[in-house]
Amino acid sequence: MSIDTLPPAGPASSSLAHNQLPRYTTQIVLVASLAVGAGLSAVFGGFSPIRFAVLSTLVFLIVNTTLSAVVEGRRKAVDKLVTALVYTAFGIALVPLISVIWSVLDNGLERFSLDFLQTSMRNVTGLNDQQALEGAAPFIGGAYHAIVGTFLITALASVISVPIGLLTSIYLVEYGRGRLARAITFFVDVMTGIPSIVAGLFAAALFAVLFGVGTRNGFAGAVALSVLMIPVVVRSSEEMLRIVPNELREAAYALGVPKWRTIVRVVVPTAISGIASGVTLAIARVVGETAPLIVTAGFTSSINTNPFSDWMMSLPAYVYSQAMRPLSGSSPQPSFDRAWAAALTLILIVMVLNLVARLIARLFAPKTGR
Amino acid sequence: MTTTATPPPTERRSAPPRAKARPGDRIFSRSAQVAGILILIILAGVAAFLVREALPTFTADPSEIDGGEGFLSYVWPLVFGTVAAALIALVVATPLALGIALFISHFAPRRLAQGLGYVVDLLAAIPSVVFGLWGIQWLAPQVQPAWAWLADNLGFIPLFTGPASATGRTMMTAGLVLAVMILPIITAISREVFLQTPTLHEEAALALGATRWEMIRMAVLPFGRPGIISGIMLGLGRALGETMAVAMVLSTGGFTWSMLTSGNNTIAAEIALDFPESSGLKTNTLIAAGLVLFVITLAVNMFARWIVSRRSEFSGAN
Repeated sequence: MSIDTLPPAGPASSSLAHNQLPRYTTQIVLVASLAVGAGLSAVFGGFSPIRFAVLSTLVFLIVNTTLSAVVEGRRKAVDKLVTALVYTAFGIALVPLISVIWSVLDNGLERFSLDFLQTSMRNVTGLNDQQALEGAAPFIGGAYHAIVGTFLITALASVISVPIGLLTSIYLVEYGRGRLARAITFFVDVMTGIPSIVAGLFAAALFAVLFGVGTRNGFAGAVALSVLMIPVVVRSSEEMLRIVPNELREAAYALGVPKWRTIVRVVVPTAISGIASGVTLAIARVVGETAPLIVTAGFTSSINTNPFSDWMMSLPAYVYSQAMRPLSGSSPQPSFDRAWAAALTLILIVMVLNLVARLIARLFAPKTGR
Repeated sequence: MTTTATPPPTERRSAPPRAKARPGDRIFSRSAQVAGILILIILAGVAAFLVREALPTFTADPSEIDGGEGFLSYVWPLVFGTVAAALIALVVATPLALGIALFISHFAPRRLAQGLGYVVDLLAAIPSVVFGLWGIQWLAPQVQPAWAWLADNLGFIPLFTGPASATGRTMMTAGLVLAVMILPIITAISREVFLQTPTLHEEAALALGATRWEMIRMAVLPFGRPGIISGIMLGLGRALGETMAVAMVLSTGGFTWSMLTSGNNTIAAEIALDFPESSGLKTNTLIAAGLVLFVITLAVNMFARWIVSRRSEFSGAN
């Protein structure tokens, strides 16, 4: 009584089984094409990182696909081609990211110092820059006035937008029914799409009508930023309030707690981590806005701590003016260095804000799972 | 027994328990409502003030407008530039963004995927003025040889007419910078919808013997199409309204078909460059141009939302 086992089917006997390349083929082809790419780029006009990368990728795509098409069939070959293309797309996307961060660090660190953060541009002229380049005088001039301006304008914008945005999201989630709520949802969507320069034009037009043509001050900039910030705050807070479980609200009502106290003491505290991180992200977004500020707050080289009168510099506007209108036309390098250093400061602020948002979301998250 | 235990439903409905109207409740709900209405007022204000300040442009004598031939002939080259830069950005960014989204959702190892998503989101966090600075000082000199090559070899196409600008500050470069800026938007939205593909669909495709690409083509892409389209449209909206990258990178000038020479300008960049020093009718003209931009981006964004809402009702997710 022995059980007969069927002889194993050979690869050729089944129409479902195809020839397969060994798993490590891709790696081998990759290494080979890197070598060929290096060789080709050396032949065609000298080695350069870009040429090397492009040629190696092309060689790899062609060889890997053809090999697979010959041995494994068309479907597997297409699959491998797409896989390689997807990896390439990701590789290409890393190029701008790395190069932006690298060039900001590389150029920005040149002039980035405590001195840069603590001095303004008052009385710094092109002559200073020329002398500094010739080694006759030290480099002077910093971004203190711009940092102060950015801080004040952003703080004002937050003071305007956070209450409005938070209350609106509470209205939409807790009270809003019917046509008004739908209209608000729709127009918040519309507001998210407003180009930043249009928001700036609105604030400029508003202040021109109210206080006379050509009025520029920090507050006008804050109004422009609020137009951009309110929809972001509404969206993120609304999402956070919506995920608060209904059981919590019902439990509070069952205990006889009024609706407004339920919202203030139960719903908002439960969602506060998400709301706070959303607000921080909204701030991080408007801190870097340039266009609305250059049409509303203007440029200045002095420190101005009063957002309600006179022009006010901000960090993005500082980067813009130093890069586009160097103090000294013949020796612009010191101005460019200042622009990069200010860009580095700006990125640091944005990154810190993003980090803070993540920390808030994690630290103040409601305790669950008990 | 059960029929006697339940009271007749009419009785319960006759006396609905009404909550006592508390002043705290009224104040709170009223202030929340006011905040919501305030948003509507702000938006109405944006439209009203822009229209009010733009009106003198349309009533003024055409010869007084910049260019001397009326508002339309002033604004159409700007509209052309705006659309051209945005389209270049879209053509470059869309395939890349879809590739990255697929990489993160279906190709990268699970443990890496989240971190990679964060890396791409980093791009979105970088302020636009930094991209402008990077574009003018790093990217423009790097890509200039490529544009010169295009002008030499494909110069018969009107878009690539030479000679290429020696500085590299052209519409193509500006479009590339815009592409980098809208890449994270399209990626983020496509990634979200790709991740929401029902696992059953994917597993069914794989179980039928599909390769990974066939599974993506048959299960993931059809499911994610509305998301992809809305992501592209939102990216387009951003590219149309983006100011600083173009204002800094492009060496502006009059209308030209060539994307490889200096010239052309976008509405947003024109406003940013000219508004600070403008006065009188020029200010009104610029605000009118801003109104045109507002209308264009509004239409694009509405279209994006409409696609999403139209498809969400019968998507496979619910």
